[in-house]
Amino acid sequence: MSTVFLYALVGVVLFSLGLYALIVHAHLLRKILAINVMGSGVFLVLVALAKRTGEDTPDPVPHAMVITGIVVAVSATALALTLMLKLTAETGNAELPEDSRE
Amino acid sequence: MGTVITKIPWGVLLILLPLMGGMACFLWPRIAKILGLVLTFVGVLSVVGLGWQIMSNGVYHHAVGGWGAPLGINLYADGLSLLMLAITALVGFGISVYSSGYFERQHSTRFWPLWLLVLAALNALFLSNDIFNLYVTLEVMGLAAVALAALTGSRDALSGAMRYLLANLLGSLSYLFGVALLYHGFGSVDITTLAVQVKGSPTTWAALGLIGAGLVLKTALFPLHFWLPPAHASAPAPVSALLSALVVKASFYILLRLWLEIFGPLGGDVDTLFGVLGAVAVLWGSLQALRQTRLKLLVAYSTVAQIGYLFLAFPLAMSAGVMAWNAAVYLALSHALAKAAMFLATGNMLRFGGHDRIADLDRVVQRLPLTATAFALAGVSIMGLPPSGGFIGKWLLLEVALAQGQWGLVVIIVLGGLLAAGYVFKVLGQAFTQAAVMHESRAVPASMEWAALLLAFGAILLGFLATPVLSLVGIGSPFGAHEVMP
Repeated sequence: MSTVFLYALVGVVLFSLGLYALIVHAHLLRKILAINVMGSGVFLVLVALAKRTGEDTPDPVPHAMVITGIVVAVSATALALTLMLKLTAETGNAELPEDSRE
Repeated sequence: MGTVITKIPWGVLLILLPLMGGMACFLWPRIAKILGLVLTFVGVLSVVGLGWQIMSNGVYHHAVGGWGAPLGINLYADGLSLLMLAITALVGFGISVYSSGYFERQHSTRFWPLWLLVLAALNALFLSNDIFNLYVTLEVMGLAAVALAALTGSRDALSGAMRYLLANLLGSLSYLFGVALLYHGFGSVDITTLAVQVKGSPTTWAALGLIGAGLVLKTALFPLHFWLPPAHASAPAPVSALLSALVVKASFYILLRLWLEIFGPLGGDVDTLFGVLGAVAVLWGSLQALRQTRLKLLVAYSTVAQIGYLFLAFPLAMSAGVMAWNAAVYLALSHALAKAAMFLATGNMLRFGGHDRIADLDRVVQRLPLTATAFALAGVSIMGLPPSGGFIGKWLLLEVALAQGQWGLVVIIVLGGLLAAGYVFKVLGQAFTQAAVMHESRAVPASMEWAALLLAFGAILLGFLATPVLSLVGIGSPFGAHEVMP
C-alpha cells in the first residue's frame, strides 16, 4: 500500500510542478513541456490507484484510461507544437504577445 | 411510420455521421461544402427523430456495440440532453448555411472537416453518461475548436488559439485528475452509479475542486475568462459564433450535469462562490464590453458577461432547485441562438466594411438592413427584453432571487441587463449615423444575412415557447423533481 501511495504522491508532485512551470515560464516550448509533465503526473496517479483493490491483479480500467489519455496528450502536443512553430514564424518570437490580451 | 422512427438509433447517428463526414470532407475537399451542409441538416432531422423516440419511450439509452456499463459505453439522453442537442443542431445548421457563403476556397477546405468534428464531439458529449467519456469528448471538441480558431493563420488568430489551447489543456488535465480521484474513491465512472455512491470524503472534495476548477476554466467564468476574448475575437465569424454559442456551453453542461447528479448535495460554499464569481462576471464582462472599440471584442466580452448569468443559478438552486436550473438552461439556450446571430451579423458588417471599428460603422442599417435587424433582435434577447428567450431566462432567475430575498442578485440581474442595453445601443447607434467618409464596400451574400436573421428570430421565438421547452427539459427529471412551471 505504501508503494502505491508513493507513486500517487509523485504524481501529485509532478502535476504541481507542471502547473508552476506552466504559469511562470513565458517560452511556449516550456509551457507545452509543462503541460506534458502535468499529464504524466495524472497518468501516474491513475496507474498507481489501479492497485486500489489490494489484490494481485491490478484494475485494468485506469490503465485503459491512461492509454486513451496518452493518445489525447500526443495529439494535443502535436497541435500545440504546430501552433508554436506557426506563431514563431509569424512573430519571430516563441512567446505569447502580451498586447493581444486586451 | 412511428415504429420505424423509434427503432432507428438516432443517438448513434448523431455522433457517427458528422464524425465520418469530417473524415470524408478531409479526404475529398471538393465535396466538403455540400457534404457539410447535408450532414448538418441530417443532424437536425436526427434530433427530431431522437426527440420523437424520447417523447414516446421516455429516456433514451443505448449500449454502444451491445456492451453496456460498467464494461462498455452507454449513451443516454433525457430532456436536458435533448434540448442541448436540439440547440446544437439548429445553431449548427445556421452556421453551416452562413459558412457556405463565407469561406474562400482555401479556408473552406480546412473549415468543414474541423467543424464536423466539433459537431460530432458536441453531440457525443451531450449523449455521454460517464465522466471519462466526457473527458474524451471535451478533448476532441477542444482540439478541433483550437484548430478552427487558428484557421486564418494571422498573428492574432495564432496567439489567441495558442492561449485557448493552453487554457483548454490545463482545464482538461484538472478535470481528468478529478475523474481519477472519483474512480479511486468509488470504483466507477458511470454518472448514474456515482450519483448513488458518492458521499462527502476528502477524495470527493478534492475531486470536486479539481473538476470544478477545470470546467470553470473551460467555461471562462470570471476570473478565468482571460483566454476567451482574444480567441473568440480573432477567429473567423462562423467560428466565433460556434465557439461562443456552443463550445462554451458544452463545458457548462458537464458542470451542470455533474452538479445535478453527483456534487449537488456537497456543493454548499462552492455554490455561493460560483454565484459571487458569476455576479462579478456579469458586471466586469459588461463593463469591458462597453469599453471596447472593436465590435468583435465587444461581442466576445458580452459572452463573458452572459456566462456569469448561468452561474447565478447555482446559489439560488440550493433551495429553489428546479426553477433556478430551468432559468440557467433557458439562458444557455437563448444565449446560444442570440450570440450566434450576433457574431454572424458582426461577420457581415466586417465583410461589408472591411473593418470592425464601432465608431466607423456608418449607416449599416441602410445598406445591410437584414444584418442590422439580426443584431438588434439578438441584442433584445441578450438584454433580456420581452418577448425573447433571454427575457424568460432572466425573468425566471429574477423570480427565484426575489422569492429568496437575495437582493444582491436581483440588483446584479437588472444591472447586467441595463449594461447590455448600453453596449448593444453603442453599436446600433453608430449604425444609424451618417458617415463623413464613404468606405469601399463588399457585397454580402443573402445566405449570410438570412442565417444571422433566422437565428436571431429563433432567440425571440424562444420567448413564446417557455411552456413546451420547460416541459421537454423535465423528461427524465434531470433536476430531480417532476413539476415544471407554475
